[in-house]
Amino acid sequence: MQRLAVSAALCLGALPAWAETFITVASTTSTENSGLFGHILPIFKDKTGIEVRVVAQGTGQALETAARGDADVVFVHAKAREEAFVKDGWGVQRFDVMYNDFVLVGPSDDPAGTRAAPSAPAAFKAVADKGAAFASRGDDSGTHVAEKNLWKAAGVDPVGQSWYMETGSGMGATLNTAAQVPAYALTDRGTWLSFQNRGPLEITFQGDKVLFNQYGVILVNPAKHPHVKVAEGQAFIDWLISDEGQAAINGYKVNGEQLFFGNAAK
Amino acid sequence: MKDMARTSTILPLRLEGVGYSADGTPLLSGVTLTVPAGRRLIVLGPNGAGKSLLLRLCHGLLDASRGRVIWADGSPRPAAQAMVFQRPVMLRRSVRANLAHALALNGVARADRAGRIAAALDRFGLTDLATRGARLLSGGEQQRLALARAWLTGPEILFLDEPTSALDPGATRTIEEIIRGFSAEGMTIVMTTHDLGQARRLAEDVAFLSRGRLLEHGPAAGFFASPATTEARAFLSGDLLW
Amino acid sequence: MADNPFLAAFGLIAQADPALMQIIGLSLRVSLSAVAIACLIGLPLGAALALVRFRGRSGVIVTFNALMGLPPVVAGLVIYLLLSRSGPLGSLSLLFTPWAMVLAQTVLILPIIVSLTRSMVEDLWEEYRDQLRSLGSTRLRAVPTLLWDGRVSLLTGVLAGFGRASAEVGAVLIVGGNIAGHTRTMTTAITLETNRGNLGLAVALGLILLTITFSLNGMAFAVAQWSRRRGG
Repeated sequence: MQRLAVSAALCLGALPAWAETFITVASTTSTENSGLFGHILPIFKDKTGIEVRVVAQGTGQALETAARGDADVVFVHAKAREEAFVKDGWGVQRFDVMYNDFVLVGPSDDPAGTRAAPSAPAAFKAVADKGAAFASRGDDSGTHVAEKNLWKAAGVDPVGQSWYMETGSGMGATLNTAAQVPAYALTDRGTWLSFQNRGPLEITFQGDKVLFNQYGVILVNPAKHPHVKVAEGQAFIDWLISDEGQAAINGYKVNGEQLFFGNAAK
Repeated sequence: MKDMARTSTILPLRLEGVGYSADGTPLLSGVTLTVPAGRRLIVLGPNGAGKSLLLRLCHGLLDASRGRVIWADGSPRPAAQAMVFQRPVMLRRSVRANLAHALALNGVARADRAGRIAAALDRFGLTDLATRGARLLSGGEQQRLALARAWLTGPEILFLDEPTSALDPGATRTIEEIIRGFSAEGMTIVMTTHDLGQARRLAEDVAFLSRGRLLEHGPAAGFFASPATTEARAFLSGDLLW
Repeated sequence: MADNPFLAAFGLIAQADPALMQIIGLSLRVSLSAVAIACLIGLPLGAALALVRFRGRSGVIVTFNALMGLPPVVAGLVIYLLLSRSGPLGSLSLLFTPWAMVLAQTVLILPIIVSLTRSMVEDLWEEYRDQLRSLGSTRLRAVPTLLWDGRVSLLTGVLAGFGRASAEVGAVLIVGGNIAGHTRTMTTAITLETNRGNLGLAVALGLILLTITFSLNGMAFAVAQWSRRRGG
């Protein structure tokens, strides 16, 4: 018994302490999976000494985490919901940070002929008309919300259709599924470029303005959650939208391609 | 241990109308008997007569359903007693650790244990086996260890429940010699057996049980020469009982 | 990443990549801490359940047996709600820390330790009761004796507990947050790499986890064998 107690104490003592300055940021899996944080956070820490701990979740879950007070800053890409978050008093103020874009990926032989589509909704309509397999996140994430908007614009209700698969999981897991079927899927470019297990998938449609994906950052409202680290959290936000932070974001490249484009207001 | 003239505080042990029932079935009834200090009492009887049960009641492992078990010092279960079972349960540790465990349970201070263990190992010829796992010993060795463990805490009375029934003749002889040695030192012995030869070799007094009743109790010589009951006569002549 | 996951795993270990070492170290510390705490609580609790009769005892036993099948995600969610800033224990700031993961894993393996200890001690007490009582032991004093004599079977249960703790991903993902360098464990890293499509790296990490579990079980088996030869 005593031996156990001692070993327990040793094990616990060996866990990392959390005394250093850090903030917790609730963000999205797609941002984390793209590798962006691995690039910019060390730069921020070198400059300020503040460690940023990123909890990567779906957009809906990230906003919920922040609303519960479990994060200091929320950094997601669902503009309407972010604005609602601020309006409901959970956040202080929303700042545009950057954008990336969504791309439609699908089997390289493009059975629905989306390559020739004049617009993103038209490409989605082509998939539906052909009844080609489509893998959806189905998890209420920012990407899923964007996808649902595109179906609406295409005038199609895909839910319940035999060709429409809701994976209910993250971007990577959904792409893994799409590669196996193979199926079309909507993904952010960042995840796609970093994604290794593409199988027969290729980008079949891209470039439409409506596919742009705006990221915003919000400080959690200390009036709701007094423990929020206002100074450190605001320092992170200020840095992200500063010239230096924007340059760090623009400087992140995968296979020579830039993934995110800083567009913070000057 | 060596002083033969020690005066017992817990003996004689008296049983008054002791009975025991399990699930309404009486297994032992109306046993009245006195165990005086310093005697070797052999409890004899066929299998199922209640011999083992009687020992457990005396030793306090079971509570009597009726009647009373009375120790001379008035305590319900005095410490100066020990029991050796037919198949002793050895802890999964070394011989030495088994002895140390018994001393610890008896409240012997850690510093006093080593000397007493060494003495016990020596007396019972276990010194060379001290570090062996107790469960790896032969049946005879385990029974010797059980006797050493019982002796270690200095009991005034030792109960033995068929201690040799699983042993070969050589091991049986060794165990019987040890029991005689205990007796010579003044320890009171209460032992069950269904082996008539063993009873004749060891008994000073005999208690004869059959079907849960004490039928005879008295000096061994008289019992073996002229048993008073038909059951005892049949048992002694080798007839099957029960 | 190399295509062959075995080569990849070997390469990762050979390089002693510091990020990987950190992940392995954290996983081990978290799971071993959880096992230690679960033993500290579960061994005496299991023994007490075996030896002490009280009203509602069967209910407690059935509950612990049933909790062995508790889905990790449910355990994680409950602890998340407890530790969240908006939850009753929010002021402890434990969410998204290794401690939260220790807690989650402890909750997951405690039922295993308790149930196994109880059934082991019950059986052993059946065998030892007369002898121990004859030697002057009480039920309470028998607890350490029985636990030590059942050490080989208990070790199996402890290993099962470690296995469940270290292999589990759902609960630690929720309460730990999979924060790089802070709460990223072997299993959450595997999930992350799978989501990145780095299947080779994910399998390599899985192989490393398997190797660790395998080594621990091997060592435990050797100890048990040695103990048996010694008469344990």
